[in-house]
Formats: sequence, C-alpha cells, structure tokens
Amino acid sequence: MKPLRKTEVEIDYNDYPDAQGRFGDYGGVYVAETLVAPLRELTETYLELRDDPAFQAELAHDLRHYVGRPSPIYCAERLSREVGGARILLKREDLNHTGAHKINNTVGQAMVARRMGKTRIIAETGAGQHGVASATVAARLGLECVVYMGETDIARQAINVFRMKLLGATVVPVSSGSKTLKDALNEALRDWVTNVRNTYYIIGTVAGPHPYPLMVRDFNAVVGREARAQMLEEYGRLPDAITACVGGGSNAIGLFHAFLNDRRVRIVGAEAAGEGIATGHHAASLAAGRPGVLHGNRTYVLCDDDGQITETHSISAGLDYPGVGPEHAFLKDSGRAEYVGVTDAEAMQAFHLLARTEGILAALESAHAIAQAIKLARELPREGLVLCNLSGRGDKDVHTIAAREGIAL
Amino acid sequence: MNRIEQRFAELRGSRRTGLIPFVTAGDPHAEVAAAVDLLHALVDAGADLIELGMPFSDPMADGPVIQRANERALSRHVGLTQVLAIARGFRQRDAGTPLVLMGYLNPIEIRGFERFAGEAATAGVDALLLVDAPQDDAAAVAALAAYGLHLIRLVAPTTEPARMETLARRASGFLYFVSITGTTGAARADAGAIAAQVAALRRQSAVPVAVGFGIRDAADALAFADCADAVVIGSALVDDLQHAHDAADACARAARFIRPIRAALDARKAA
Repeated sequence: MKPLRKTEVEIDYNDYPDAQGRFGDYGGVYVAETLVAPLRELTETYLELRDDPAFQAELAHDLRHYVGRPSPIYCAERLSREVGGARILLKREDLNHTGAHKINNTVGQAMVARRMGKTRIIAETGAGQHGVASATVAARLGLECVVYMGETDIARQAINVFRMKLLGATVVPVSSGSKTLKDALNEALRDWVTNVRNTYYIIGTVAGPHPYPLMVRDFNAVVGREARAQMLEEYGRLPDAITACVGGGSNAIGLFHAFLNDRRVRIVGAEAAGEGIATGHHAASLAAGRPGVLHGNRTYVLCDDDGQITETHSISAGLDYPGVGPEHAFLKDSGRAEYVGVTDAEAMQAFHLLARTEGILAALESAHAIAQAIKLARELPREGLVLCNLSGRGDKDVHTIAAREGIAL
Repeated sequence: MNRIEQRFAELRGSRRTGLIPFVTAGDPHAEVAAAVDLLHALVDAGADLIELGMPFSDPMADGPVIQRANERALSRHVGLTQVLAIARGFRQRDAGTPLVLMGYLNPIEIRGFERFAGEAATAGVDALLLVDAPQDDAAAVAALAAYGLHLIRLVAPTTEPARMETLARRASGFLYFVSITGTTGAARADAGAIAAQVAALRRQSAVPVAVGFGIRDAADALAFADCADAVVIGSALVDDLQHAHDAADACARAARFIRPIRAALDARKAA
C-alpha cells in the first residue's frame, strides 16, 4: 500500500528531498553499481559542507566577488507598458560572470570537487552555458576540464564552444543518439563510471542521481533567496507570480525554491513547446511526458510506448532535453507549480520585444520565460507584479536567430 | 531446483567454468526466428547460460559496441515485445539453458514492472539484470520473486565491503562481478587486479559468481576461470556478429567465436 500523501498545504517544501534523495515519488539513485559508492561519498561530503559555516562563507565571498552577486531585479517598464498588464520584473542572472545562472552552481561544485581531492572535472552541456561555467571554475582552480557536447549543439552554439576552448577545456563532440544534451549526459556518465576515482562530474542541472538535484538546487537557490528579499525591500511585497524556463530546471528551481512555502505566489514553469506540443516536436517533459527513469532519477520523461526516450526539439539548446529535475515532477504532481509550453515562435517574439523595448538580448532559453511572463502579466491587473528569471544573455544565440530569420551575418 | 541453480550444479559437478555469451536482442538481425536461431547456435557451441540485451535508447553503462547494437536494434523497432517473443521461441527448443534479460529500467517501467515480470516468466526467462535499478528495491525483488524470477545483483570494483556483504547475502541466481571500472567492452579486464575481491565475494555468497565487462577471448576467459564460476563475453561477440551478412552467417560466426573459448575452458579443467 502506498503511504498516505500529504495535501498540498501540509507540505513543507524545505523537507525535500528525504535522506534517500526522494521528492515524493521522484528522484532517488538509479545508477550502475560502479557509481553507488562514489555517489554515497559525494552525498556525505556535500551534506557536511552544507552545514559548514566556513564553506558557506567562502561560497558567499566567491558569489559576491567572482560571480558579481547579488544580481539586480530590474523593472521592465516599457515592456510592461507594451504588454498592457501587470509590471514585469526581471531577475538579472544574465549579468552574472559568464552570462547565466549556471555559474552559481559550478562555483559551488568546484569547491566540493576541491574538498574531495579530485583533479579532473567533467561536465555535459547543451547550450554551452554550463560548459563555459564549468571550464571557468576549472581554470580558476587549475583543474583539467572535459566537456561533452552533442554535435547538433556544437553546430548551433559555436561561440560557447570557442569560449570553452579559450578557457582551456577540451570539448568532446557526442555523435550518438540525437546528438544533443541527453546524449552528452550519457557520455559524461560513461566517462565518470570509467574515471570515477580522480574525476568530479559537475552536473549542470537539477537532474541526475541524488545528491545532484539537491546540490544543484541549493547552489542556485541563491537566486530566489535574493529575489525574495529584494522584492520585500524594493516593492514591499512578494510578487503575484513568478516564472522561469524549464529544461532540466536549474534556473527555475533556483528562483522557485524560496517561494514554495509562500502559497499566495503563483509559480509557473515555461517548457519548450518547440513547434507546438501537438506536433510532437517539442521538449515539454512535464506538460506532455510521463513518469519514468532517466539519467539516474525517477522523473517525467518523454518516451514512446516501448519506453524508448524520444528525440526532442527546441530552438533553444538548453531546453532540448527529454527529462526534467525530479523536484519539478514533485511540484507538478503536488500542484504547487504549473508547467506550460512556450513555442519556438512565441519565444522568438518575446526575444525581439524585450530587445526593442528594454535593450536586453535574452538567451533563447530565457526568452521562453519572458514569453510566459508576458502571458501572466496580461492576466493580472496593472498593479500586479510578475517576477521572471532572465537566466542568461543572448549573445551565444545570435547565429541561431540569424539563421532562423534568413539573415546572413 | 530452478534452471540457474541446476546449470551451476552441473558445472560444479563437471568442474567446468560457465560460459555466458551476451547478445543484444534484434542484432544483427531483427526477425524473431533469426534471433532464436542465434541463441541456439550459441548454446550448441558451448554456452551454459544466455544473456540477452533488451534494447534501450540511452544505454548509459555500455561502451560503443553495445551502444551501436542498441541503436541498430531500435532502428528495426525491436523492443520488449520482440524480446519476449525471442525468449518464447528459444524456450520451445531449449528447456534447460538459463536465459537472463539484461537492460535498463525505463522500458520495463513504462510497460509496467509487474506485467513485464509475469510476461517474462511465462516466456521462459529466468532472471533480470537491470543496470540502473536500485539493487535493494525490496518491492521490485518481491515482484520478480512472485513469478520465480531472479534479480541478478551486480558488484563493482568500487563497491564498498559492507555493501558487498549485503549484496552477497541477498543474492539470487548468481552474482555478476563487473570486472572493470568503466563501460562494457571499453577496456581489457585484468584478472590480477580483481581476483582478491572476487574471491572475497565468493566466500560471502551462497550463489555462484560470474565475471564480465572487458573479457574478449579465450585467453581472458582463462585468466578469470581461476577466480570465477562463470565468465560473460559480450562486446567482442557483438562486434563480430555485426559483420554477419545474413542470419546463417551470424550463427556460423557465433559458433566460431564461442567454440575456442569453450575448448580453452574445458582444457583447463582437464589439465
């Protein structure tokens, strides 16, 4: 018999995951036996560091002086006027060092790697932002860094590939499967299972086996903690709604987590609906997937009736993933957060609108969140506040956008 | 006595080391009849147990050779339905050779774990080896046991001693020692490096211990015959079979591959 579920209002979201790394039915450790002991060791180390004031102080110092935190909340006045609804506020993670929220996590994990005495860093990357953020922290600590990246993504994110190389990392093209993020993750797991004794695997999203969903969430939760305090200080209240894009879901959980127990704040995750969920060409794991097991955890996955993971589509490489972090799966089932699809076309429209009204080029991933913020703002009265995580900047995407719009650079 | 116990008892009785070839279902040929013939050819050439891979789109613990075998099988639409049909077909002509299905959890979860356990048992499967399933999942073990199926536990070079003892105590069917820290077939296994661990595992375990990952030929098999009850050969065989130009050639290749290994293992016993 299944244990009785708590009703949504009885849940304290700070209680998750449990000691087994479970968020309700999701999460856990679904890995080859070779990785069981290394993950146990990582869990022990991380839980120790999590409660270690010296570790937390060093992390806070690096976030301030190296990453450039706190990032501001910017009120997008012209965008809001253009939309004609509630005010849209942007949490400016695009202003971080390396240009996205990804650095929050890699700075933290690099400190964990150093504590564990590992000499080699590996990472997987989709859009390249996590790869750049991993190469950055590896360079800073003088560690070898190998980044796995799908061939499709290498082609569409050439600037980030070059940035990683400039930072001294080796970028390994992955040609198996769909040649995107999921295949890069498979290949990174294969490297890790082979070199686990000296290698630290920096997973870039809130997926993977325990303790990664916990650890990556903790390191990104600074976004929501800061934003919550900034809202109270600068606006005297919490926002009516918050939104972020969801691929694996690290920037989204980073923003959402501090607000989960604030039941009056509406939480909406924007998944990549690609060419439309009905077309089958999308990456909306929560909106259109089903519970399964992928990359070390139980979560919502996009797969066929034979259980084979299906190829996904999104204009944005960072959202092009057939799974999602287990905490998001939990939040969907509990009803605390809603997950909706935003199409390529809607994201592009939002990208242009933000660029022209506010002078900000958003990453294509973040453009999905902007599109969702626009929808939410239209539903709310003018005095409403919608807080949107602008998780990364768009410089990396200019070639993709030009190609889509038939412009030769 | 179930088929796995029966077979290992026979091996012990004749002081032989077990030989367990691995092939991916639907590779090199997708037709059920061709796949069944291939399994019979492996048995005729000297296989004691058969390990049959269930294709999966994201085989994270497998090296390039078996990854590509999975991709080939999937491109021919071979999934669990075909795997079960192959098992049924094999069982019609072979009542004694244990059949172990190896794969990943997602396809089974999507089909329904209990449903699949029932179907596999009915098809004549003896055990499941699930790379990414938690080995201490009591509910899964119970669901399999209800249908008389074994969950084959894996032990790796990184497995800590206390966990190794627990796995040995709970073991069912046989234990699978992963001989290299890495993916299937990616490196040549070194018997010297793991002999002590395998010996310790055998002392703790009431069931036999098979060794696999990175065992390629007769020389490798012989190196592990001193420490293990059985050896598994996968990638090297799959690599050879992919060059077969038809189903009959696949069977001929299987026989040519297995016979010298069988002969080497049996000659060792005689010596």
